[in-house]
Amino acid sequence: MDKKKKRLYMRTAILAVLAGLVVYALYTNVTKESRGNLAAGEKAPDFVLTDLNGETHQLSDYEGKGVFLNFWGTWCEPCKEEMPHMEKLAKEYEGQVEILAVNVGESNFQVNNFAKQYGLTFPIAIDSGKEVMDTYGVDPLPTTFMIKPDGTIDQIVIGGLIQEEQVRALFERVKPSS
Amino acid sequence: MGKVKCECGHVNPNGTILCESCGRALTEKAKQEKLVDMRYEGSARRSQTYNKTIIDKVWNFFSSVKVGIWIIVLLLVAASFGTILPQEFYIPSNMPAETYYEDVYGVFGKIYYMIGFHDLYNSIWFSALIAALGVSLVIASLDRVIPLYRALKNQRVDRHETFMKKQRLFAEQEGVLQRGEMEKVRTELMKKRYKIREENGSLLAEKNRFSRWGPYVNHVGLIIFLFGALLRSVPGMYIDELLWIREGETLQVPGTDGAYYVKNNGFTLENYEEGEDPEVFDEAIDRVGTVAKNYQTDAVLYRDANNELPGADPELTEVQTESIQVNQPMKFDSFAVYQTSFRQDEMKAMHFALTNKETGEEFGGIVVDLFDQQESYDLGSGYKVELRGYYPDFDGFSESGEPTSKSPLPNNPAFLFNMITPETPDGEVSFAQIRNTMEPLGENEYKMAFKNLETRDVSALTIRKDLTLPILALGGIIFMIGVIQGAYWNHRRLWIREKEGHIYVAGHTNKNWHGLKREIHSVLNGTAIPEPEDRQKD
Repeated sequence: MDKKKKRLYMRTAILAVLAGLVVYALYTNVTKESRGNLAAGEKAPDFVLTDLNGETHQLSDYEGKGVFLNFWGTWCEPCKEEMPHMEKLAKEYEGQVEILAVNVGESNFQVNNFAKQYGLTFPIAIDSGKEVMDTYGVDPLPTTFMIKPDGTIDQIVIGGLIQEEQVRALFERVKPSS
Repeated sequence: MGKVKCECGHVNPNGTILCESCGRALTEKAKQEKLVDMRYEGSARRSQTYNKTIIDKVWNFFSSVKVGIWIIVLLLVAASFGTILPQEFYIPSNMPAETYYEDVYGVFGKIYYMIGFHDLYNSIWFSALIAALGVSLVIASLDRVIPLYRALKNQRVDRHETFMKKQRLFAEQEGVLQRGEMEKVRTELMKKRYKIREENGSLLAEKNRFSRWGPYVNHVGLIIFLFGALLRSVPGMYIDELLWIREGETLQVPGTDGAYYVKNNGFTLENYEEGEDPEVFDEAIDRVGTVAKNYQTDAVLYRDANNELPGADPELTEVQTESIQVNQPMKFDSFAVYQTSFRQDEMKAMHFALTNKETGEEFGGIVVDLFDQQESYDLGSGYKVELRGYYPDFDGFSESGEPTSKSPLPNNPAFLFNMITPETPDGEVSFAQIRNTMEPLGENEYKMAFKNLETRDVSALTIRKDLTLPILALGGIIFMIGVIQGAYWNHRRLWIREKEGHIYVAGHTNKNWHGLKREIHSVLNGTAIPEPEDRQKD
C-alpha cells in the first residue's frame, strides 16, 4: 500500500478511537444525573407491595388495565388535596384504571388514620424499606406515574393534582381502549 | 513530497533535519546553526510535514506541544475558578442552588452561578478540556517517539564531521588514532558499561538509551490513569452511596441492587477521658473540651435471597457481623462500608402517664413509639388512652384547625390523645407535645403527663465500590517508572573518528553534562585523543 495512504488510514483510525472515547466520556458525564431515572415510554419496573388489608399487589398483575401509581405521605399538603379526586375517579373507572397509592414508609397508624380520615377505599400500601420509591426514583411528593395497559409509562406527574379534571384527563389517557 | 536522500546515501523521511544515519544537516537552517538541536535527534516530526487532509490538520493540532501546554494552562486556570466559591455539591442540600449563590455571595454569586462555575468539574467543557489533554498526550507522544526511535536505531557509527562539529562537546586535532590507545579507551568505556560499536576505524560508545523513552512511558501511564478515571462513569464500575441508618434498623444497602441488607446494632461514640487515657491528650482536652476516640457502628450484613422484585419481603441470611470504625470499613464482594457521620439522640419513643390533674394520681403509663404507634393503649380497670392523631414534625394548625406536620421526621412530635377513664367514659381530648399540653375541647380532669424520652443514634455509612482503582494504580506505577527512567539515567554517547589526518571527538547526553564530561575525562585521560570541550558555557 502507498505509504501516504497507510499513514492517513492509521491517523484516521487512531483519531476515531480517541473521538469514540471522548464522546463516550462526555455522554456519560452529561447523563450521570438522570441515569436510572424513569422516563415516559419506558416499561414501568415491576414491584410487589402489601396493602393495608393484607392483600399483595404486583404491578404486572394489572396488565390490561391502566394504573394510577401514586407516591404520597401523610404530611404532604398537595397529597391531601388530590386524594378526594382520586377516590372519586377510582370508583368511576373501576375495572379500567386502578389506583395504587404507595406511602413512603410511614407507620401503619398514620397511614390507616389518614385513609380513615379521607375515606379512601382504593389499595394503599406502605413502602417501608423505600425500595419501590428508590426504584422509581421518586423525590418530591406527590409523584404520580400513569401506566398504560401495556405496562409502559405514559406520563410522570410531579406535584399535586389540584383539579378533578386534571386527574380525569390522566385516567382517560391510560384507560384500555375497548 | 518525497524522501530526502542524504549525501551518505541514507534515505530519510521527508522533513528530517539531521540525517538519521550520518548526521549531516539536511535543511538550510540546520546548516547555519552553530550547535544542532538534538532533542529528537533531528528526526522528522511527522506532523509538520503533511498538512493536506482534515485528518492531518486535526492530527497536527494535537501533535503540537505548544497546544498541549495551552490545554494544561487552561485546565489549571479553569480548575482554579471552581475554588473561588463552594461547589454545588458542598452547599447545604436544603437550599436551592439557584438562590443560594445570590443570597450568600450577592451579585458575584449570581454571576458565578449563571456562568455555571457552581458545578465546574462536572461541566461538559471542563470534561472536554481533560479529554483534549488526553488526545494531545497520545498524538504528541506518537508523533515524537516513533521518529526518535527510528533515528536512534539508524544512527551510524561514523557520523559526518559536520554533525560532530555541531555537538556541544567537541574537539578536533591533527593526528591519527593509535591502536594501543584505542584499546585502552575501549576497556575504560566498557568498565563504565558503554556499548561500543566500531566501523571503519570510528567508534561510537553509547549507554542508557532507554532513558530517552522515559517521557513516553510516563505519558502511557498518564493515559492509562485518564482511562481509569473515564471508566468511573461506566455503570457498575464505581459506586459511592450514603446510607443513614438508625439503631435497630435493617435497611437495603444502596448500590447492591437489593442483594444486601445491613442492620445497625448500635452506634458508639467514645471520647478520651482526662487523666485516664494517654496523658498526651490532657492538654488537648483542656483546650477543646472533648477529643473523640472512636466512632463505631456495630453492623450485621445480610444477603437477601428474595430480591428480584422491589418491595418483596426479604429473606435474609446473615453474612457477617462487624464493627465499622473510621478507617476500618466492613468489606464484602468489592464493596466497602465506611463510618462517615452520625446524629446522636434522635427521638425514638415517648413515655406518658395518665394523670389526674387535681390529685396528681397516675393511672398507668404508655410508651408511644414514634415510628410505630398503636391506635389505643389499654391501661386496665377502665382506663384507656386512644391515639387520635400523630404529628411527627408539628408546625401549627391548618386553616381548618387541623394540626399539621412539616416532615415525616420526629423532630417535634405532637399527639392528639383521647383519655378514657371510669369517670369520663366518653373521653377527654388532649393535645400533647413536648412541654406543652392543650385542651382543645374544653377543660379536662385528666392529662397525659410527659415522663420520659427514649432516644437513639443515627449512623451514616458510606457504601463504596471502585473497580477502577487497580487501573489507576497501574497508571500511577507506569507514570513513576517513566519519571524514574528519564530522571535517574542519562543517555550518553561518545563519538571518536579519524578522517584525513584529523581526529574528531564529540559527546552528547540528554541531561547532566557534567557527568558526561567527567566520564569522558577519565576515559581519554593520558591518551593523545583530545578531550572535547563544552562550547555552551553559561
